[in-house]
Order: sequence, then C-alpha cells, then structure tokens
Amino acid sequence: MSGIPEQYPLFLAVLLFLLGLTGLLVRRNIVFMLLSIEIMLNAAGLAFVVAGARWSQPDGQVMFIFILTMAAAEVAVGLALILQIYQRFKSLDSDVLSKMRG
Amino acid sequence: MQITFFITALIAVISTIMVITRLNAVHALIYLIVSLLSVAVIFFILGAPFIAALEVIVYAGAIMVLFIFVIMMLNLGAAASQQERTWLTPGIWVGPGILVVILLSEVIYILANSDHPKLNVVVFGPKEVGISLFGPYLLGVEMAAMLLLAGIIGAFHLSKRKKQIVHRFLKEVSE
Repeated sequence: MSGIPEQYPLFLAVLLFLLGLTGLLVRRNIVFMLLSIEIMLNAAGLAFVVAGARWSQPDGQVMFIFILTMAAAEVAVGLALILQIYQRFKSLDSDVLSKMRG
Repeated sequence: MQITFFITALIAVISTIMVITRLNAVHALIYLIVSLLSVAVIFFILGAPFIAALEVIVYAGAIMVLFIFVIMMLNLGAAASQQERTWLTPGIWVGPGILVVILLSEVIYILANSDHPKLNVVVFGPKEVGISLFGPYLLGVEMAAMLLLAGIIGAFHLSKRKKQIVHRFLKEVSE
C-alpha cells in the first residue's frame, strides 16, 4: 500500500527519544523533566508500533496501550510529587532537592 | 503517502525541539500537544487508527490536561521564566548535546548500513487489537489495572496536604 522503508519511522522514534533525553538532561525544572519523560515514553511506543507494522501483527499496538497505561499512572504520581515538592520547598529546581541525599 | 510521512515527521521533530527549549511551561505544553498530534498522524499512516485515536484522546487529551491543572495550581509567573533563562546557559546544554549527537550518529550508521524492506502496511482496527489484548495479553491487562489502582492510591496519598498547625508556640516546637 505505502512504500515507506522501515528505517524511517524507526529513525523518527530514535530522534524523538533522544530529544526527550536531551530535555531531561538539560532542564532543571521538574515539570520540564516530567514532560521530557513523556516524550521518551511516546517515542518508545512509536518504536513498538513500527515493529508491529513491520511484522504485520497487532502486538505492537497492544504494547503501546500498556505504555499508555503506564504513562498515565506515572504522570499522576509524578505530578502529585511535584505539588508536594513545591509546597515544601517553594521551588521547582531539582537541585534544591539535593539536600535529600544522605 | 511517503511525502505525508516526511512532513508529519518534520513537524513532530520541530515541535519537540520547541518543547525542550521553551521557557514558559504552558508554551511547552502547547508544542507538546502539536508533537503528540503529529505522532498520531504517523500512527495512522502506519496502519494503526485505533492507536492514533488513543494517542489523541489519552495523551493529548487527558495527560496534558493533568499537566495544565498542575501548572495552574503552581501559578508560575514571569519570574519563573526569567529563572529558566538563567538556567539554560550554553555551558549546561553543550555536554548532553554532544553525547546525544554521538548516540544519534551511531543509530544513523547502523540503520544506513543494513538493508530494509519496505513496510507493507496492514491496517489493524480496534477489533484485532481487542482480540489480541483480551486473548494472549489478558494477564497484562490485569497487571495494568493493578498499576492504575496503585497510581490512583499513590496520587491521592501524595497530594494530601500536611495538617496546618495554627498555634504559634506549637509551630515553633514543630520546626
């Protein structure tokens, strides 16, 4: 039907994953770090769907649904943690939390 | 079909770059929604219309609304984006940038030096995905349900506010 060589969508998934990784490493605001984790999870799901399309199986799409569930649970807990951190430290700087180290 | 894919991929990459470079959190969220929508279009091109719909509804809908609620509760103003500007100096992003470019060039090398067939896209609708989800992957569905329950309980427990002590002597003692 369509003539997309299989490495192009995989390449896009890698590019999005690495952009998310860069955001995670570069930013110090915790909200942006959580957004970068969302980008990386989405890219991993894209790789699963590409693999499913490569072998003409629906399993890749099932895996994406599991990743979606995991991302939703992770975001709920992560945002609750961010609210707690902001109430306690009055800052979203991740370096402020380094006083937690033993 | 191929030109559609390339345009959508370009939009996804550009909007993701905008996400990680914005200073204001709400601007970053809007660019992230654009990025998620373009990834949904790519899912549609790859023959996964059900996943494309889920991406729009759950990711761009529900999860982004959660982020917007939290950013509204945090009430970050112009001072926060000024602070972000001082954090995003070149000294911070050059190191991770170089490492990521090395990783990317490795992947380009691997993908370019192996031969790949073209994808023959077979469209799998909700029916096939559902049969697979509730057939061989039933245990995974139940584990996902437990994970969501744990997420609900965790978010509820973490978002409870600490009990405020109003008496000033008690407050001094507790600090």
